[in-house]
Amino acid sequence: MDDPKHKSKYAADRHIPGAFPGETVTRRRFMTGSVHAAGAVAAGAFTLPALGFALGPVFQGHRPHWEDAGTVGDFPIDTYVPKVITLTPGIGEVGKTTIYMRKRNPAIDAEPSRWFNQIVAISTRCMHAGCPVRFVPASRRFICPCHGGVYDFRGQRTGGPPVRPLDRFYTRIVGDRVEVGPRFSVNSHLRIFSPRDPGEPLDGIGQYLYPSRPTTRKLKGT
Amino acid sequence: MRLPKLPAPPLPAALRPKPPRPGTANGPVGRIDAAREAGTTAVDWVDERTSLSGGMRWLMFRKVPKGTNWFYTLGSATMFAFLSQAVTGVFLAMYYDPSPTHAYESARYITNEAFLGAFVRGMHKWGSSMMLILIFLHMGRTFFFGAYKYPRELNWVIGVVLLVLTLMMALTGYLLPFDQRSYWASVVAVNINGSGPLVGPYLADFLRAGPDFTATTLSRFYAIHMLLIPGAIAALIGAHLYLVAKLGTTAPPWLKAEPESDLRTTEA
Repeated sequence: MDDPKHKSKYAADRHIPGAFPGETVTRRRFMTGSVHAAGAVAAGAFTLPALGFALGPVFQGHRPHWEDAGTVGDFPIDTYVPKVITLTPGIGEVGKTTIYMRKRNPAIDAEPSRWFNQIVAISTRCMHAGCPVRFVPASRRFICPCHGGVYDFRGQRTGGPPVRPLDRFYTRIVGDRVEVGPRFSVNSHLRIFSPRDPGEPLDGIGQYLYPSRPTTRKLKGT
Repeated sequence: MRLPKLPAPPLPAALRPKPPRPGTANGPVGRIDAAREAGTTAVDWVDERTSLSGGMRWLMFRKVPKGTNWFYTLGSATMFAFLSQAVTGVFLAMYYDPSPTHAYESARYITNEAFLGAFVRGMHKWGSSMMLILIFLHMGRTFFFGAYKYPRELNWVIGVVLLVLTLMMALTGYLLPFDQRSYWASVVAVNINGSGPLVGPYLADFLRAGPDFTATTLSRFYAIHMLLIPGAIAALIGAHLYLVAKLGTTAPPWLKAEPESDLRTTEA
């Protein structure tokens, strides 16, 4: 039993004073372990809530918000009308953004006609880095002032660094009024995806590299 | 010709040194001597209770290699740039209001109306560029002098973390004036973060506190800029300095090691 090469697992065999028969974890080790555990619990008690507090917004869902944008007659078929809508309610001017709207034109818009695209609403965020683009009626193109991104009349990239067409907004017609809803993203074939950030391509592997987040999905059935 | 020595001014009895009592070697110290030695006494009082002087001597009176030159001061220069940023930052925070409706107005107030406001804000603004320039010069000195090699690799790693933290300070501080330039520059910066595959979208959401730039984004950047990173930088500067003192500095690479003179004689 006193062979120094093979220490017994029993504390009593190791001549530890006050060891109980069959004791394998000494009181000193048990005490050390419980102090460490108590310290970890205490540290976790303030670290985890603080971390959750900071990370909370990442997991917070957002209800779709519909906003009136005028009557159906306001929107021409061959050019865009700028409208200012509230992207984030409750924070004043910062939460507002300009979007460009027009009536759907079956001669240009090749994507299937759906309830949410009778009025086409294009976001002004450049899909390169998020600068505001403006529509230039003379060239019928959207042009970004920051790094020279150019989009055609349907918002599809024709030049510069953007990685996908301009984002769009859901629209619906209620009686005579047009309402603008949440934003969605499209790939180069104008397939609909949940809203992504600028700089995230959605063609090929891109849609998997930049996954849809559980908090910002596209509307059901679209 | 030597000038005659002036007699001592007449002192009140309480201040006059008393003659030593029999049996005491140095005698009791008069109040004038006590006042003269007040500084030493105070330092001694602290040192007796903390033993700080040994550590201070270890930190400040180190041997430096032959050939140490002005390039070796770039690290200290960076540290003083950080201290300047810390001090001016604290005073800017006394006037600054990190809410989207008041941020621009308070920055304008600092620049145009507060006494010395433009000067302090200018120090903070230009000082941030200065700090980054100094960091890169310090890094270049370390690289070209080979001072990153064994056993100083860990100090290089800490230095790189300090560089990244300083860049994060520059990024988060840029938003705070909340004018058009800083707003759109931050939008672009967050979107660049978002373009990282897989984690990018979540990282961008964390920085913005949600899918869009909101009021919480500004206060979030402010908290990171004011509290989170400065603390980390201060702690890491401490570790960086400890390793510098512990490992010593390197000689410039153009100096060849000289064999000890007594070594030469024994060989001969």
